[in-house]
Amino acid sequence: MKSIIQNIPGKTVLLMGNEAIARGALEAGVKVCAAYPGNPSSEIIGTLAQVADEMGLHVEWSVNEKVALEVAAAASFAGLRGLCAMKQNGLNVASDFLLNLNLTGCRGGLVLVVADDPAGVSSSNEEDSRIFAKLGDLPLLEPAHFQEAKEMTTFAFEISEQLGLPVLIRSVTRVSHARGNVCLDELPQSSHRPGFETNRPLTAFPALPHHKILHEKFNRAKQIVEASPFNIYRGPEKPELMVFTCGSGWMYSLEAVISLNAQDRVGILKLGTTWPLPENLVTQHLRQADRILFLEEVDPFLENNVKEIYAQNCLTLGLKAFFGKTSGHVPDIGELHPENVLRAIQSIMNISYEPRPSDYAARAREAAAELIPDRALGFCAGCPHRSTYWAIKVALALDGRDGIVLGDIGCYSLGIGPSGFGQMKTLHAMGSGTGLACGFGQLNHFGLNQPVIAVCGDSTFYHAAMPALANAHYNGANFLLLLLDNSATAMTGFQPHPGTGETATGKEAPVIDLKAICEVFGARVEVVDPFDVEATVKTLLNLLQDEKGVRVLILKRECALLSAKHQRRLFRVEVDQKRCLGETCGCNRLCTRLFKCPGLMWDKSAGKARIDEAICTGCGVCAEICPASAIRKEKI
Amino acid sequence: MFIPKDPFNVIVGGVGGQGNVLASQILGEMLIIQGYVITIGETYGASQRGGAVMSHLRISAKDQFSPLIPEGKCDLLVALEPVEGLRILAHYGNPGVITLLNLRPIHPIDVISGDIVYPELSQVIAKIKELSRQVWALNATEVALEIGDPIFSNIVMLGALNAIEVLPIHRRGFESVIVDLFPSRTLNENLMAFDKGREVVQKIH
Ligand code: SF4
Ligand code: SF4
Repeated sequence: MKSIIQNIPGKTVLLMGNEAIARGALEAGVKVCAAYPGNPSSEIIGTLAQVADEMGLHVEWSVNEKVALEVAAAASFAGLRGLCAMKQNGLNVASDFLLNLNLTGCRGGLVLVVADDPAGVSSSNEEDSRIFAKLGDLPLLEPAHFQEAKEMTTFAFEISEQLGLPVLIRSVTRVSHARGNVCLDELPQSSHRPGFETNRPLTAFPALPHHKILHEKFNRAKQIVEASPFNIYRGPEKPELMVFTCGSGWMYSLEAVISLNAQDRVGILKLGTTWPLPENLVTQHLRQADRILFLEEVDPFLENNVKEIYAQNCLTLGLKAFFGKTSGHVPDIGELHPENVLRAIQSIMNISYEPRPSDYAARAREAAAELIPDRALGFCAGCPHRSTYWAIKVALALDGRDGIVLGDIGCYSLGIGPSGFGQMKTLHAMGSGTGLACGFGQLNHFGLNQPVIAVCGDSTFYHAAMPALANAHYNGANFLLLLLDNSATAMTGFQPHPGTGETATGKEAPVIDLKAICEVFGARVEVVDPFDVEATVKTLLNLLQDEKGVRVLILKRECALLSAKHQRRLFRVEVDQKRCLGETCGCNRLCTRLFKCPGLMWDKSAGKARIDEAICTGCGVCAEICPASAIRKEKI
Repeated sequence: MFIPKDPFNVIVGGVGGQGNVLASQILGEMLIIQGYVITIGETYGASQRGGAVMSHLRISAKDQFSPLIPEGKCDLLVALEPVEGLRILAHYGNPGVITLLNLRPIHPIDVISGDIVYPELSQVIAKIKELSRQVWALNATEVALEIGDPIFSNIVMLGALNAIEVLPIHRRGFESVIVDLFPSRTLNENLMAFDKGREVVQKIH
């Protein structure tokens, strides 16, 4: 998608919010960009990686978010502009560095984009990262649309340099993962040479004087935000209801007010600089109305901070009624969307509204309730994780001691649900399966007699499980670690990692061999192909019963979507209609009822299984599972 | 040709892996070169793994709209899968909506397992008809399989969309978007899929 590097000022292009942020960074002359992938942030650095060579950038997928922020900060320390991007969970990982970096400050512009995932659509949690800006006294910007995403990024670099502080941009799914018109500005020509002034060391220690300097910088930020063009008011001078909003809430509120025909009654203050808040601007708008509504995603961050300003000024402002997450007018979990925004305004203003004829709505809902089947998430057809979990299920049943499977973050998280046969029993942060196994693996001293298994993906292993594995060997924990090596960071869009032999920009890189690392950490290591179900079950069982310290089983098989991309199909697969005994077979429809690969279908009229040729990827695993050998695979 | 209404709201919906996002992006690109203000919202998370997915397109001659269409405000539905079409109408439909439908079902895993049933296709189509002002249909997946790969289903649907003349899009625009923005995609097969879609789509009476 090379429109990102067109140097045609004034041209309008269609960009994803994340691409707009990337373009903003390019227009600001960014030089070093680093991230660990995570939705909804992945395309920021992904886009920059694609143009790194043409634009003379260093772009990398770092092993985790803390390292990524350190890489970008180093560029800043040497006088270049650096960009780092991550999802909300990533900021938890990077926060240790961030909360020292605020005290040392930075030199070249340093921008940290955090894309939050309200409702946790592709996350294990729902978290508001804005609290970190408050924690660290760092300026925070929140784009409301695509053009602004680009402009704010450029602006963030400028104020970062002005203040000598890293600047946070908080995006959300509906900005990052949406597309819209963006008008391009000029791409600069810069060839600034980096240099670190060794006579000006950067240290947070001693803390107190640095904390004082931070507060001085923060006070300067307060002045800058008062005049920011990213804070906009739309509405009458004295509205009956004043909406305070930011990010995705802006366009939903604009449309809701028009739908309710309340343009003369409701005002909307959109804030782009949400920390520090522009105190004068906020006070001035609090004065204009007696009823205040807050619309924002995840936590009542804006709401509480505006209320703080109100508390300081309440004598002059008089009584106000506040509505938002605290009052229950806006849901305190999940995303904002056009309906809950409209409903909040409607209920406070007491306006009646019908989006479509009510009899139509009733009929439509009835039809849906009657006919529409649920569509549960599951592994892709031909996903190696399905056969891995199948093997775990079979091996644990044969073992018979009610083994515990501890998991973490990646496509394989779906192992917690039906698609992974419900095998995974705990799911927390990156690498937590292995960390928890370090603890569970000690409980045999107290009489725990269930075997302990941790599952971890390849990318996750480099990110967060290596320290846990070192810990396991050092402290003598007793468990089996399954490394699900599918050669990809599949869940976030197939970014390369230290095990793939490729860098973010497509250059050859040394492969950091999983097996070798695990052996260095003192583990007995075996490798199998999960598509070979029989061998996998056997090895698993053997390792499970070995019970001496940490054992590692690497399940090596490329992600099905990657294979499809490279058009690598292993088998032509077919159900032999004569052999498939259907309902009369003792298998109880093992292939479809239990194994459930979406590439299979149950032909109701024939009472037999069938392959769906539009979906099957030809992995051949179901052929191994069918007890009647009715599924035939033929090597391609 | 202009958009029939401003904003004009289009939903492209189907199942993760059907190329929903790409179809809406190509459509957006075809419209932006004509000067429209486009917003596309995508409801995918872990959608490569078989969940229901939707893209919302807001097309306007003047304003940028939010990436989510409000309840009951879909003007044109492009459904890549029958029950997904109905699922979208249930929330976003209204008596004026025009529906373009791929007739090929994709069974959810709970249907494959036999825990729930996939409804009779004729029943689903009848309901979609009842809830739409106009329905156009084709088996885009079959056409794509004939061309050689089911991944072309979304392009077949774009061709059909061109034929029903609801949006100001042209074959030339499609061609230039593929050439400019997706140089890695094979132009010939894409054009073939587009043309086939134009040919086979039919109005359901
Ligand atoms: S061969 Fe069987 S298990 Fe593999 S993708 Fe096809 S249907 Fe699914
Ligand atoms: S993207 Fe790859 S790893 Fe993830 S579920 Fe699909 S096949 Fe499995």
